[in-house]
Amino acid sequence: MANDVWVYIEHKDGDITPMSFELLGIGKQLADGFGSSVCAFVIGDKVDDLAKEAGAFGATKVYAVEGDVFKGFRGEAYAKAAAFLLEKYKPEIALFRATSMGTDVAAAAAAQLGFGLCTDTIGLAVDGGKVKMTRAAFGGNYSVSVVNEKAAPQIATVRPKAFAMGAKDASKSAEVVKESFALADADLATKVVEFIKSATAVNLVEADIIVSGGRGLGSDAGFAMLQELADLLGGAVGASRAAVDSEWIPYEHQVGQTGKTVKPKIYIACGISGAIQHLAGMRTSDCIVAINKDPDAPIFKAASFGIVGDYKEIVPKMIEKFKGKLNK
Amino acid sequence: MKIAVCLKQVPDTEAEIKWDIPKGTLSRDGMDSITNPFDEFALEEALLTKENYDGEIVAISMGPEGAADVLRNALALTVDEVALCTDDAFAGSDTYSTAYVLAAAIKKAGDVDVVFTGKQSTDGNSGVVAAELAAVLGFAPLTYVSKVRSIDAAGKKIVVERAIEGGTEVIEAKLPAVVSVIKGINEPRLPNLMGIRKASKIEIPKWSAGDLGVDAGKVGAAGASTKVVEIAVPPPRGAGEILKGEIEEIANTITDKLIDLKVIK
Ligand SMILES: Cc1cc2nc3c(=O)[nH]c(=O)nc-3n(C[C@H](O)[C@H](O)[C@H](O)COP(=O)(O)OP(=O)(O)OC[C@H]3O[C@@H](n4cnc5c(N)ncnc54)[C@H](O)[C@@H]3O)c2cc1C
Ligand SMILES: Cc1cc2nc3c(=O)[nH]c(=O)nc-3n(C[C@H](O)[C@H](O)[C@H](O)COP(=O)(O)OP(=O)(O)OC[C@H]3O[C@@H](n4cnc5c(N)ncnc54)[C@H](O)[C@@H]3O)c2cc1C
Repeated sequence: MANDVWVYIEHKDGDITPMSFELLGIGKQLADGFGSSVCAFVIGDKVDDLAKEAGAFGATKVYAVEGDVFKGFRGEAYAKAAAFLLEKYKPEIALFRATSMGTDVAAAAAAQLGFGLCTDTIGLAVDGGKVKMTRAAFGGNYSVSVVNEKAAPQIATVRPKAFAMGAKDASKSAEVVKESFALADADLATKVVEFIKSATAVNLVEADIIVSGGRGLGSDAGFAMLQELADLLGGAVGASRAAVDSEWIPYEHQVGQTGKTVKPKIYIACGISGAIQHLAGMRTSDCIVAINKDPDAPIFKAASFGIVGDYKEIVPKMIEKFKGKLNK
Repeated sequence: MKIAVCLKQVPDTEAEIKWDIPKGTLSRDGMDSITNPFDEFALEEALLTKENYDGEIVAISMGPEGAADVLRNALALTVDEVALCTDDAFAGSDTYSTAYVLAAAIKKAGDVDVVFTGKQSTDGNSGVVAAELAAVLGFAPLTYVSKVRSIDAAGKKIVVERAIEGGTEVIEAKLPAVVSVIKGINEPRLPNLMGIRKASKIEIPKWSAGDLGVDAGKVGAAGASTKVVEIAVPPPRGAGEILKGEIEEIANTITDKLIDLKVIK
């Protein structure tokens, strides 16, 4: 149906996590607003398992393009197939996750259709027959709402964790519509040669808990302490630019305007002053804990809980208490 | 080899932002402006490519006349050519119309093998112009590049590393390609005084919508499909609670409070 809300199911070589389906939750809400259905669309070399899972997470229909050329992940190939599906069915809006994979597919598909898109969306609401998409600009100092009047469909990439996941119900299933879309290897300009897994395998964007350190840590040894706390909580380690520039930790850990934008449930900032460019990357976290020895540090203005003091005394005490309380 | 680099002028991150609310655009007048920080890495990568493989560089910017400054800075760093895409008709472009204009400029520059861009701008923050540009031009899309391993202009081949979730992906692609670079791919150099002096005397070529032969219905506020309908300052986070007391007590309280959130497994 023309008013349907489509959710792109992100996966890499069939590897999925529940997060691949997270947008079916908000997708359903929007579809209810239109009195339409939430549908999933998947592209891959084998899509049956993905389609089944999408049904369990609430998709009523799954549109799929299958083919050997989609083995692995190649943004280029996926975007062509996505543009084909969107052009053919013209849903109301298509939602992608604002990850590197989701963004590449969404942007290239939008360009093929000749439209702009809204990226890293944190608010979605039905308004005047269209979906109003809200995002941050200028490092979170402003929020901007956009509507794509001409686009069919509108396209948005959505910040991971910005919306609650839909519930899973294994008894539910979706109707699967397979479309054939011919694409040959020769039509593509890129080829994945190899994937080198990061030793630390940091995935800040997906982490529910982030323990982050700044210049106040004083050295890379401080990060070993934060890593211990993060491991204990099942979280990941983040950093300010000052810490990255000091070469205490690699750039892939950087949070902020020129690093990653994150929205964990808990963000613990240790020895971070709270510069505007750092806040840009984490201010929408659900709960922010700030540990800083300067009571006037701006980070306290953004913190849900503030602790004035030396992280070297506080973090080990927290580790000790957590170990006791969590029986670890 | 012909190398293009896209440079965007953005407000200084410290500057006070002024909005033209009815139009949903920035009032760029009288605001301190800089080259988009990510684009400094793109420019440096272009310079390194030229040095390592030979070639010439054309730096392209779309923006108001004042955006000539970012091109002057590029000239001071010895790029060979610059072009400022400027036309009243371009004001209010969305990401697609921006990619469309930049693509026209790259075609006009002629026979470009590789286009470097930044990963993202610090004002619009979209991070999609590179992928859109590649789609419009039909070039190989290479986004989030952390290292260019090799370029073979004669063999029309490029090998890059991309920094994506969970690791590094090595991609081999056919040229021409669009490469968007992340911070840390290199150390941007600074212009020297002589370069700055020389650059200050060079006339910056301006390309209008007519010069570029772009469809006026596809650019600027008229062409943009994405319209800003509302601009707001997000509500400040509610003032938090400062935990007081002895360290023992504070650690006790904070760990309880965090465990109560039922996030820790
Ligand atoms: C264009 C641009 C882009 C930028 N992008 C980013 C970005 O993406 N991410 C980012 O983080 N920054 C970014 N910055 C830099 C930003 O402006 C700040 O310089 C940076 O965030 C400061 O890092 P910091 O808080 O770790 O260091 P500082 O500001 O030096 O703060 C250190 C803090 O540690 C506290 N401290 C010291 N010792 C201790 C101790 N023992 N225990 C507890 N607290 C202690 C101090 O009181 C102080 O508040 C950017 C800047 C620019 C201009
Ligand atoms: C507050 C605000 C909100 C906006 N929201 C949207 C929206 O939701 N959807 C939408 O489609 N547009 C939106 N726009 C418009 C969009 O930001 C502009 O069209 C802009 O020209 C391109 O997007 P970007 O700056 O986000 O680029 P990005 O995609 O972040 O830029 C990536 C790279 O592309 C190159 N590049 C980008 N612009 C230029 C340029 N003018 N000249 C040379 N190189 C360039 C640079 O190398 C840059 O590093 C918004 C603009 C503002 C100010």
